[in-house]
Amino acid sequence: MDITEFYDTFFEEAGELLAEMETHLLELDVDAPDPEQLNAIFRAAHSIKGGAGTFGFEALQRTTHLLENLLDYTRRGELALRRDIVDTFLEAKDMLNDQLEAYRSGSEPDPEALERICQTLQQLALEEIGEVADVNGAAPKPAAVEAVPKPAAGEAGQPQSDGAGGGYRVVFLNVAEKDRQLLIEELGNLGDIKGQSGGAERYEVTLSTSLSADDIEAVMCFIAEPEQLEISPLAQAGAAADTGNAGQATAGTAEEKSSEKVEEKKAASPKTSKPGRSAAAKGAGGGESTSIRVPVTKVDQIINLVGELIITQSMLNQVASEAGDQVHGKLEHGLNLLARTARDLQEAVMSVRMVPMDYVFSRFPRLVRDLAGKLDKEVELVTEGRSTELDKGLTERIIDPLTHLVRNSLDHGIESPERREAAGKPRCGRLTLSATHQGGNILIEVSDDGAGLNRDKILAKARSNGLPVTDNMPDDEVWQLIFAPGFSTAEEVSDVSGRGVGMDVVKRNIQSMGGHVDILSQPGQGTTIRIVLPLTLAILDGMLIRVGDETFILPISGVIESLQPQKEDLYPRTGGDLLLKVREDYLPVVAVHRVMDVRGAVEDPTAAIAVIVQGKGRRYALQVDELVGQQQVVVKNLETNYRRVPGVSAATILGDGSVALILDIADLHRLSQSIKENPIFGAHEAARSRQEAETV
Amino acid sequence: MTNTSAQEIAAAESGNREFLVFSLGDEEYAIDILKVQEIRGYDNVTRIANAPDFIKGVANLRGVIVPIVDLRIKFRLSSAEYDAQTVVIVVNIAERVVGMVVDRVSDVMTLSGEQIKAAPEFGVGLPLAYIEGLGNLGERMLVLVDIEKLLTSEEMALVDKAEENQQ
Repeated sequence: MDITEFYDTFFEEAGELLAEMETHLLELDVDAPDPEQLNAIFRAAHSIKGGAGTFGFEALQRTTHLLENLLDYTRRGELALRRDIVDTFLEAKDMLNDQLEAYRSGSEPDPEALERICQTLQQLALEEIGEVADVNGAAPKPAAVEAVPKPAAGEAGQPQSDGAGGGYRVVFLNVAEKDRQLLIEELGNLGDIKGQSGGAERYEVTLSTSLSADDIEAVMCFIAEPEQLEISPLAQAGAAADTGNAGQATAGTAEEKSSEKVEEKKAASPKTSKPGRSAAAKGAGGGESTSIRVPVTKVDQIINLVGELIITQSMLNQVASEAGDQVHGKLEHGLNLLARTARDLQEAVMSVRMVPMDYVFSRFPRLVRDLAGKLDKEVELVTEGRSTELDKGLTERIIDPLTHLVRNSLDHGIESPERREAAGKPRCGRLTLSATHQGGNILIEVSDDGAGLNRDKILAKARSNGLPVTDNMPDDEVWQLIFAPGFSTAEEVSDVSGRGVGMDVVKRNIQSMGGHVDILSQPGQGTTIRIVLPLTLAILDGMLIRVGDETFILPISGVIESLQPQKEDLYPRTGGDLLLKVREDYLPVVAVHRVMDVRGAVEDPTAAIAVIVQGKGRRYALQVDELVGQQQVVVKNLETNYRRVPGVSAATILGDGSVALILDIADLHRLSQSIKENPIFGAHEAARSRQEAETV
Repeated sequence: MTNTSAQEIAAAESGNREFLVFSLGDEEYAIDILKVQEIRGYDNVTRIANAPDFIKGVANLRGVIVPIVDLRIKFRLSSAEYDAQTVVIVVNIAERVVGMVVDRVSDVMTLSGEQIKAAPEFGVGLPLAYIEGLGNLGERMLVLVDIEKLLTSEEMALVDKAEENQQ
């Protein structure tokens, strides 16, 4: 697996971000810009810059960096917006689009246009802020082609021969002595070195290993350039010369067309390689015969049908149980068998959607290497649990938050080699990415052995940001402060991090996936950030609740407890608010029947059930009539044929074939606020709840 | 679904088109049969909170969640009663599946080009913008509805507007 596989994802994401940026820019009220919108624009630029940096898209990174600087000034109110400034931003956005298109089609963006837009942005910065924007902020990066770690055809001939000899001849061309030692050392870790000879120009190593050429190359390419490597299977020494030549021949063209190389690499041989999507299984090593590539939509269709099967099966069961004694023994036996097979089938189908975390982790070696170089730090990246599986949809969404965390660890966590030595630690810092399963969750950890979080600094910064803090807050709560928007304790803004975007976005992203983040930190020993995520979004553990004669579903992950409210614990407030005292906390009560407009529900809170829920970091109580039970439900999108419904995240189908709505815990609270803005509560009340909504 | 336009063109060339005829109150309406997926009874519809009254809710159509709209309420065409005769026409429009409640489905009609007349400016219940024309069948008159335009229109509130998607 190599980084080029993620180009498509990046292009898609960046495209969406740019579209979003444009919408916000266009909607922006120049005289009184909405801070949230400015933040959104800034975040979009920041995210694109991060991605561009990861993939080595230099022009894109340079432009976004300049744009981001300006946006940061606007965001902080130091640069007053004018129509023409917004126009310049839009122009820059268009330019970014062009650059993205260029990279997507595998060419370099127009350098003249790049100079022009950079000039414009620098000029703007100079005139408005009186400082020269940091031209070199985006340090010159190796060109995009370097991200492609191998000549296309060098590998192309191998899938057939992989199993044959169990060994390879690895040739280093013009590799420096120091690097060569490293390479040989690495090869030693991969298998048995049978022999080595040669000089600086050409050095041959014969390696006996069970690994594929792909794997060897993946390790090597962190040290040497792909052009410097030739890996050929021992059994086919003759053929190796051919593929070597072919590799040389295609290398020239492939360098300009990095995106096509991915496709070529997947093709079975140089002759059949063609631009455009190849249907061949990804990865070499004889992967073709044991795996097939299937569009996700097809898998989803099967999952859908299996979901239906389960529903039909539970309908049959219900009918059988209603029929009671009249059910024939054999029929009952058959039904039981059906139930078991259906569940197994569902599990098997769900596992198809699962991909190993390797898909995510393999992005990081390059990022860590580049960043460490840029920051003059020595960092060793360790990944654990690469084979831990996670839903495909989630792996894609976890990449951005993880990237932020890794960047933060490198920038703020791990100290410079000198400082590490002074503290009695090895010069080389250690960054560990790990993934493990824990029940129905996956636990992903980013840990470093750096300086740890600085409690005093965080508290001081929180105070200056106007956050309510005290000196004797427990550590846990202090660490959570870094998730507040705009929070950064970095003294200087760098290309890497420190602008205070990121952590709040990380937390929001993870929460939107139904997960949460914890931080463990020891001064001087390092920081561990732990992300807990559900394994899949396609199935959800739900709590069925009844309100009036309607059934709703709450995601169990958001439910803390349920209780029957006592009269003395209820505190009605003016304006219709109701607070419920649960132990030491006063929680607002949101009545589901009111938000979801259900008639015939229990009005008296003491006759109802209060379900304490947590959503978006806010705890509150939901008033429902009855708890019906717990059940795994298949999540169905409402937006496929309808539209987003406030307070509802999705729908599912119950055993009786009817549709039940899955409530969105975070959104319900917001909804109850906006319902209160109803004019009957008077202007004062409306203003108050609006204010409250804004502070959420 | 995607090749309906090709089929439409072919149909238009031959001059004959097939329509599904249904009634809303006293009026007879017809929609292009190529848009119709199936016809089913009205049952087990889950209400959706804070939606307009003509959106009855969503129903489960073999695992697909389908919104159900009642055109009779939307255009105040007849009293909306739900009985054994009430049927839902499930249509495929703009890659979406939508069910619409009608009073009765009567038959499938083939209309030739000459039988389709331009709609005059008069009230036939539905706004003129959604009417393709009038079908002349001797003593019967069918109002031909552009169902795709109608159901994707903003006033039907079935489709998220682009800017809402952004938020």
